[in-house]
Amino acid sequence: MVSVIYRSHDGTAREVAAEEGQTLMQAAISNGIDGIIGECGGSAMCATCHVYVVEAFIDKLPPLTDIEDEMLECTVAERRSRSRLACQIKITNALGGLAVDLPEAQA
Amino acid sequence: MQFVEDHIATAVSHDIPVWDVDPYDVEILKNPVPFYAELRERGAFVYIPRYAMLACGRFDETREVFSDWERFVSSRGVGLIDFSVAKPWRAPSIVLEVDPPYHTRTRTVIARALSPRAVSELKDSFAAEAEKLVDELLEIGEFDAVGDLSEAFPVKVFPAAVGLQEINKRALVDYGAVGFNALGPDNELRRTGWAKASEIVPWITAQCKREALLPAGFGATIYAAADAGEITEEEAGMLVRSLLSAGVDTTVTGIGNTIWCLAENPGEFEKLKADPKLARPAFEEALRYTSPVHSFCRTASLDTAVNGIAIPKDTKILCVLGSANLDERKWQRANRYEIERKPVGHLALGVGIHGCVGQNVARAEAEAVFTVIAKKVGAIELVDAPTWRPNNAIHALDSMRVRFLKH
Repeated sequence: MVSVIYRSHDGTAREVAAEEGQTLMQAAISNGIDGIIGECGGSAMCATCHVYVVEAFIDKLPPLTDIEDEMLECTVAERRSRSRLACQIKITNALGGLAVDLPEAQA
Repeated sequence: MQFVEDHIATAVSHDIPVWDVDPYDVEILKNPVPFYAELRERGAFVYIPRYAMLACGRFDETREVFSDWERFVSSRGVGLIDFSVAKPWRAPSIVLEVDPPYHTRTRTVIARALSPRAVSELKDSFAAEAEKLVDELLEIGEFDAVGDLSEAFPVKVFPAAVGLQEINKRALVDYGAVGFNALGPDNELRRTGWAKASEIVPWITAQCKREALLPAGFGATIYAAADAGEITEEEAGMLVRSLLSAGVDTTVTGIGNTIWCLAENPGEFEKLKADPKLARPAFEEALRYTSPVHSFCRTASLDTAVNGIAIPKDTKILCVLGSANLDERKWQRANRYEIERKPVGHLALGVGIHGCVGQNVARAEAEAVFTVIAKKVGAIELVDAPTWRPNNAIHALDSMRVRFLKH
């Protein structure tokens, strides 16, 4: 289990024990995190699992693919340099303590 | 090496149960739920002797095979034919039936054309068309929910969104059906489809050309990528063709199956009427519950194992999505249609790099239709028992007489 933290737009934070191999989107859905929808189930198709990753972890994440990059142009909340799609981030041990901020809206 | 149905025959293995069943039997295609249940019951994988292939129908294993594009490739065809040993009926799709890195290039272009942003611009026109159609149907009262609603709506809005100027309803719906029947074995359905193809394909191909398309639309966005040098002119035409083969019959089926779910479950329809925002979840749950695409194949690219079960290189695997979506191991009350369920992760649209690229459009179409139905229709009554239209990959209704009662 790897501990990750979701910080909602209103400031409340929830720590979740994610399974290795799950994605950050799946861990949110299976733990009932409200600010993530994940409508497409993890195909980088719907841009409803948008998160802002804390600075310290940005370099530890898999690089942005063209498809994710394209989809981040379609998020409802503003895209920032820390923007990623949670469905494209696979949980590994190296990501223990990862924190993400959730945008105000996903759809 | 032995060949069966134009793929490499897999040998029987001691740790995989043998089940002498024909998943393409017309009775199974019409009413697949008992087949799904027995498939899950018999094992994570079963060996099907008549096709010398494996089939899987439990959620975890099906998801693993279906989404791991490196070990279980799509480039050898998502039907029974293995393109590495036999010729497909038409040039394969350059997005559905290819692997990365080539796939990434075409997928990026088509995903851009069908992006959430592009689709949100169509929302108002979809809503207006849906309202017009539902008003007409309320006036008529009794009608065929397949032809008059499920086919009528996508055919009205989707080809126009692509940029088509000429609409041929029968050709558009049948082209999808022919393509999906082609994924099965050499049976009556596939043969009848191919016989029809010669009439439909020239019309479809002509519609996909740059000069046939409107200057704005999904098609124009794809041709703009050709202008930018991302893809060739020919590839642009192939991608527009993919929109037409994958974007009509599937959505038609999804909408029809949702009507069926709501008609069969009046309690759920009451919930939708009370909260029209449930239109989208009602469609999503119908996708899980009825799996409009009931199965697609993958081919093992190497010797591997899934959940400890050895799978030899070259094995064709039938991924029975309809079964995985009803697996009690994954879903609580799996056999019930519940519109308040959040079925995130169902396999009806696939998942991963080959996940349905048009899903935003499909959801937008469904949202338009079911929002207006929620607001205007008081009750949906089945006039008589609906009939199903067997297809080698699609689980669709053939006809469904219904009555819309006013609020």
